[in-house]
Amino acid sequence: MPKQAMYKRGDDNGMWPILKMVTQRLALGVVTLFVVSVLIFSSVEFLPGDIATEILGQAATPETVAQFRKDVGLDKPPVERYFSWLAGIAQGDFGKSLANQRPISELISSRLWNTLFLASMAALIAVPLAVLFGVLAALYRGSFLDRSINVMTLTTISFPEFFVAYILIMIFAVNLGVFPSISNIGPETPFWDRVYRSVLPSLTLTLVVMAHMMRMTRAAIINLLASPYIEMARLKGITRSQIIIKHALPNALAPIINVIALNMAFLVVGVVLVEVVFVYPGLGQLLVDSVAKRDITVVQASSLIFAGTYVLLNLLADVLSILTNPRLLHPR
Amino acid sequence: MTDTNANGQSGDILLQMRGIKIDGMADDVWNPIIKGIDLNLHRGEVLGLIGESGAGKSTLGLAAMGYARDGCRITEGSILFDGIELSTASDEAKRKLRGSRIAYVAQSAAASFNPAHKLIDQYSETPIHHDVLDQETARKDAVELYEKLRLPNPSEIGFRYPHQVSGGQLQRAMTAMAMSCRPDLIVFDEPTTALDVTTQIEVLDAIRNIVRQFNTAAIYITHDLAVVAQMADRIMVLRYGELVEEAVTEDMLSDPKEDYTKSLWAVRSFQKPQKPLAGPEETSVIRIENVTAGYTSGDMVLHNVAFDIHRKRTVAVVGESGSGKSTTARCITGLLAPKEGRILSNGEELPADYRQRSKDQLRQCQMIYQMADTALNPRQRIRDIIGRPLEFYLGLTGAKKRERVRELLSQIELEPDEYIDRFPGELSGGQKQRISIARALAAEPEFIICDEVTSALDQIVAEGILKLLFRLQEELNLSYMFITHDLATVRSIADEVVVMLQGRVVEQGPKDQMFTPPHHEYTDLLLSSVPEMDPEWLTKLLEDREKNKPGIELAGN
Repeated sequence: MPKQAMYKRGDDNGMWPILKMVTQRLALGVVTLFVVSVLIFSSVEFLPGDIATEILGQAATPETVAQFRKDVGLDKPPVERYFSWLAGIAQGDFGKSLANQRPISELISSRLWNTLFLASMAALIAVPLAVLFGVLAALYRGSFLDRSINVMTLTTISFPEFFVAYILIMIFAVNLGVFPSISNIGPETPFWDRVYRSVLPSLTLTLVVMAHMMRMTRAAIINLLASPYIEMARLKGITRSQIIIKHALPNALAPIINVIALNMAFLVVGVVLVEVVFVYPGLGQLLVDSVAKRDITVVQASSLIFAGTYVLLNLLADVLSILTNPRLLHPR
Repeated sequence: MTDTNANGQSGDILLQMRGIKIDGMADDVWNPIIKGIDLNLHRGEVLGLIGESGAGKSTLGLAAMGYARDGCRITEGSILFDGIELSTASDEAKRKLRGSRIAYVAQSAAASFNPAHKLIDQYSETPIHHDVLDQETARKDAVELYEKLRLPNPSEIGFRYPHQVSGGQLQRAMTAMAMSCRPDLIVFDEPTTALDVTTQIEVLDAIRNIVRQFNTAAIYITHDLAVVAQMADRIMVLRYGELVEEAVTEDMLSDPKEDYTKSLWAVRSFQKPQKPLAGPEETSVIRIENVTAGYTSGDMVLHNVAFDIHRKRTVAVVGESGSGKSTTARCITGLLAPKEGRILSNGEELPADYRQRSKDQLRQCQMIYQMADTALNPRQRIRDIIGRPLEFYLGLTGAKKRERVRELLSQIELEPDEYIDRFPGELSGGQKQRISIARALAAEPEFIICDEVTSALDQIVAEGILKLLFRLQEELNLSYMFITHDLATVRSIADEVVVMLQGRVVEQGPKDQMFTPPHHEYTDLLLSSVPEMDPEWLTKLLEDREKNKPGIELAGN
């Protein structure tokens, strides 16, 4: 009865509950981002070292340091700086780099695009492969195939990604010489060249994220195999593969989508090491460089973008999982 | 069906099972579930398999399809289906038979339909998969069968998702699905057990008609004798995986040979003496005063519900699922604050929200649930389960607490030394329900809500529970509110009856009065829907109802 009551409103307006839920999640996402921005700002504030001494050198006199701090606005109290920063972001202005005074949005945009390119390329390889392997492993549970898929993915996830990267470089760049070991791309690099140069980094990422998604697909499907409707399908004489694809997979989508989203977020955020290894000009590289230079405004901006990606992808996962639930999509 | 196959011998044999033995895995050991059973089924015949849970009915029924559930294996015996030996047939050969020549109808239609697909797609799946029909013909055929099974709106209902259709309709849609390839044999596994009595009738009628119309043979599995009497030509009684008795339905009903069969027949005999109504001057233990309540969103579920429960009385609240029985209980316990009206305990108003009630007020009202399995924490020992309320409400600790737990265990007729250190998983269903009772008693309440406490139990076990509750009522001056949809239970234990329909009380009064006409028409419908042992009962009832139309139409059927 409570369930019925819950969905009753859908009678007059089918999409209404879903829209409401999406708006709620969106609002929640904004709140999360706000909290994250506070965390980012304060933790960057606590970073040891100082941009002024970093730029002016150890020999700078206290007067020049103070003057520099005044010039870039670091002398103001943190709370005031935080709110002017926040107000800027709200208007799409991330401020200027402390190190070279260029606008941050300009610094970041091409880098972000590169990172997203790499992440999408890895995702395009990893997601279909992971779901396929997951379905196969569930279909032939306990078989040699199942075990080898498990061993393989678990092995690759157990190594740190830089190690996987170097192994790939050793095999494909050094020994076979088919792919470049350095992915130096620029804005004018043609598309297929870009793809070619990004093969090794995206392959590394694929190997790193696949295990999670594949194992979740397998577990979610196997979990459903004990349900009465699967038994019903078996007793209807449906073949094993059809049972898994038609009866189990659609109902297992919600958990799978969630793990995929989490891994997508990792692809964007977790590329830092991989970008460094392949000298790939992405956002991760920029972040690492900026931390080294104590360029705190850039660090803050890139961290916030990373956080935003996480929130957005998780939101997307939530909405998609809701859409796969027929109870919500087709109210009584 | 009785007319087509009166002696159960005519017609050629469709299914012949010989010396079937099936093992099940429990605690890493193979235990026998079916210990050598023979079964014959003729074309067009309906065979009833009856027994309590754990008797092996479903396992045997599934074995007729050459199928064993995970954790089960058919170890011995031959299953000859229309000349094909299923016990040695390849998986592929068996798969081709399933759905097309042998079909299955499961107990819970809600769980057995895939929530992600429309009903009609699940219907068409079988004939398309087995290359019997193409999609368009299959869909037309589905609509035709939906019509034959008297589903409302047959041309549209198939395009709904399972959750959009009521339980009774789903069960008929599943019967249609089983019929999709016009199989020679259908295994019905308790198809009406999860339904209300009023809905059950329509499903029974639909199944009986369709099986007769297509001359399909059926194995009908149930624990309800009265139901099997309506459906089967011949009955086999099973117990502990062995055949107890087998006979043509009429003979089985009129002249059961074995003691066990007789005990099944006699089980509904327990009846406690009805107490007189409490005088007007007596304050009721619980008074529900014009309660209107609903959940956060949506309409009100209860409308102006009012009744009293007096000391040492049992008030049975009956009605079908969704009638508001359990919601009433939630209002009394304070889990759901009513929108209007109030709850009084011994003349004193209780706060609407349980969080505002004093510990003593909470202690006075305890609950026992339908599923003891989920109501008991599987990780706690019995001593802790019963000990917790002792500590929480009465502040007992150490030796005193231990002594009291032992006392309570003796009170519910379980040997303290043997049971005090067990986990719920090491008990039978009936024993678990006894532990739930002990836990409720530990608080020393004056009022207990029993929510369908016997419906998950076999009849013999259920009767034991009812007797125990009655004895405790006498000894401890308890009042019960008994939520149930089983009128046999009402007959045996109630003093007063409250009939609910769509959130309203439609009739209430002392039991004897409620079971003698004239009734409110809904009460009448409810009472007449309880299956009786007479094999002609369903036929007569439907004829009667046909004559007396228009009767009242029930929502959701």
